[in-house]
Amino acid sequence: MASIPKIIAQRIVLGLLTLWVVSLVIFAGIQFLPGDVATEVLGQSATPESIAALRESLGLDLPFHVRYFSWLMDVLRGDFGTSLATGRDIGELVRPRLLNTLFLALMTAIIAVPLALVGGILAALYRNTLFDRIINTITLASVSVPEFFTAYVLILIFAVNAGILPSLADVDASTDILGRITAIILPALTLTLGVLAHMMRMTRTSIINLLGNQYIETARLKGMPEWRVLVQHALPNAWAPVVTVIVLNLAYLITGVVVVEVVFVYPGLGQLIVDSVQKRDIPVVQACSLIFASVYIILNLTADVLSIVMNPRLMHPK
Amino acid sequence: MTQSASGMFRTGIRKFASAPLSAQLGTIVIAIYVLTALFAPVLAPYGEAEIVGSQFQTWSSSFWLGTDNLGRDMFTRLIYGARNTIGIAILTTCLSFSIGIAAGLAAATLGKWLDQALSRLVDVLMAIPQLIFALLLLSMFGTSIPSLIAVIAFLDSTRVFRLTRALSINVAVTDYVEAARLRGEGLLWIMKNEILPNIIPVLIAEFGLRFCFVFLLISGLSFLGLGIQPPTADWGSMVRDSAALITYGDVTPLLPAGAIVMLTVAVNLVVDWFLHTASGLKED
Repeated sequence: MASIPKIIAQRIVLGLLTLWVVSLVIFAGIQFLPGDVATEVLGQSATPESIAALRESLGLDLPFHVRYFSWLMDVLRGDFGTSLATGRDIGELVRPRLLNTLFLALMTAIIAVPLALVGGILAALYRNTLFDRIINTITLASVSVPEFFTAYVLILIFAVNAGILPSLADVDASTDILGRITAIILPALTLTLGVLAHMMRMTRTSIINLLGNQYIETARLKGMPEWRVLVQHALPNAWAPVVTVIVLNLAYLITGVVVVEVVFVYPGLGQLIVDSVQKRDIPVVQACSLIFASVYIILNLTADVLSIVMNPRLMHPK
Repeated sequence: MTQSASGMFRTGIRKFASAPLSAQLGTIVIAIYVLTALFAPVLAPYGEAEIVGSQFQTWSSSFWLGTDNLGRDMFTRLIYGARNTIGIAILTTCLSFSIGIAAGLAAATLGKWLDQALSRLVDVLMAIPQLIFALLLLSMFGTSIPSLIAVIAFLDSTRVFRLTRALSINVAVTDYVEAARLRGEGLLWIMKNEILPNIIPVLIAEFGLRFCFVFLLISGLSFLGLGIQPPTADWGSMVRDSAALITYGDVTPLLPAGAIVMLTVAVNLVVDWFLHTASGLKED
């Protein structure tokens, strides 16, 4: 069997390779444009000269590989070019929004992960009871509910009827940290509801799968209370699948974030990409897609690596 | 197919009667949606894009669910929404399955470099989150209904491809496929008559699940203003257009959203039951 560092190194190389191919796909997108970006951007009033000028400024007259590598080098330095719609530097546009989105994702993780672990352990402890069945039903429901439905129900309950939380999360640079946290409670809650049930369910399944083992039987026969059997004996072996599921669900948040940011008018990367698609501001869409895809690939890679590192069997090679 | 139509109908009724309550409920809900979609022009009191009142009127006897941001009847749009939203989602899922099954079968039976090429391509496509990829492609091709269908079907077919390929590879190595090959049957014949019948139950269940994903994705895009475009009535964009009402405590925007939820739950319930019966617990 290959050693752990070697397996991990292989995964990382594979991840980087995927990232590189994805960057190629995202860049190549522009190539297959029906019509021409330049014509598209300048609209009806375009003269042949202005189109040629724009094409030149976008570098569209150079061969593909030259453009790709110069784009890639710029991106690696953090330079995403300028927005077609506003003419602003995309890096400047993206940075504060990326921080906002990461802040929202972090808040969601802080709420969702402990809840999912505790809920999953409880569901395993009280398996096949009403509590378990309720979680089961919620899981089914949560994969069927679009984020905007959850979001508006929460707005209706907490912002309109109870009036305790703001319905919009339109924070700006002047908002202090407390204001920011209050503003994103509802968005974070919406995202939590989207991933919580699935995480709980997988935690439950991973623990229950281990319960047939003999060491669990031994622990029970020693007279240990059931919750200690689960937490001390089953959970350590369940960590690998549980952590993988949690990280994969966090990766899933990327999709959720886009819709939730639009509902709550939260100035994050998700809102930026939606606005830019509407304006067909391709460089900005490219930059956002690349960031989202990178985060997604990195999270998947993390899940992969963690599941290797946390597997007790791999940690003590024979 | 030796059964007559009435025989099939009777088997269907018997299956339905023996199904658990959840699956029966799901079937009934789906039937109601399908009937609504089919008979939309008969059921709806007004025309799909007809402006019949002033903006955002409240619920009344002439406008059961009030009017939307342009003064169109919400109830009418909800009914036409069934037709448009479900129709487009089904069309997309069918296209996605056609591409996915064809590519998956080809990869599994022809193997070698074609399999490698298709599988690696799908790996890369699946490394980008679906919604983000959809946004990227829509920004290039524009947000018309044909490009929406093509983009989502293309992205979703990667999942169908993976499943079809995995299932077919297991079947392709069996003795009866080998026998068919030795008999000199063509590859297309083998795909159609030996492999496909063996993987179809799983694919049918998958169709239900993929439909839900596609349906939610299209609704999500429409909600973002990037999917089905006005004046076509569609549930996602209806939520978007009437969302402002929520802040006044009006639940109307939740109705089209609720319509989406109810259909996906119903399909999931039926798929659950189907998977249960198809997983070797057959009675007949």
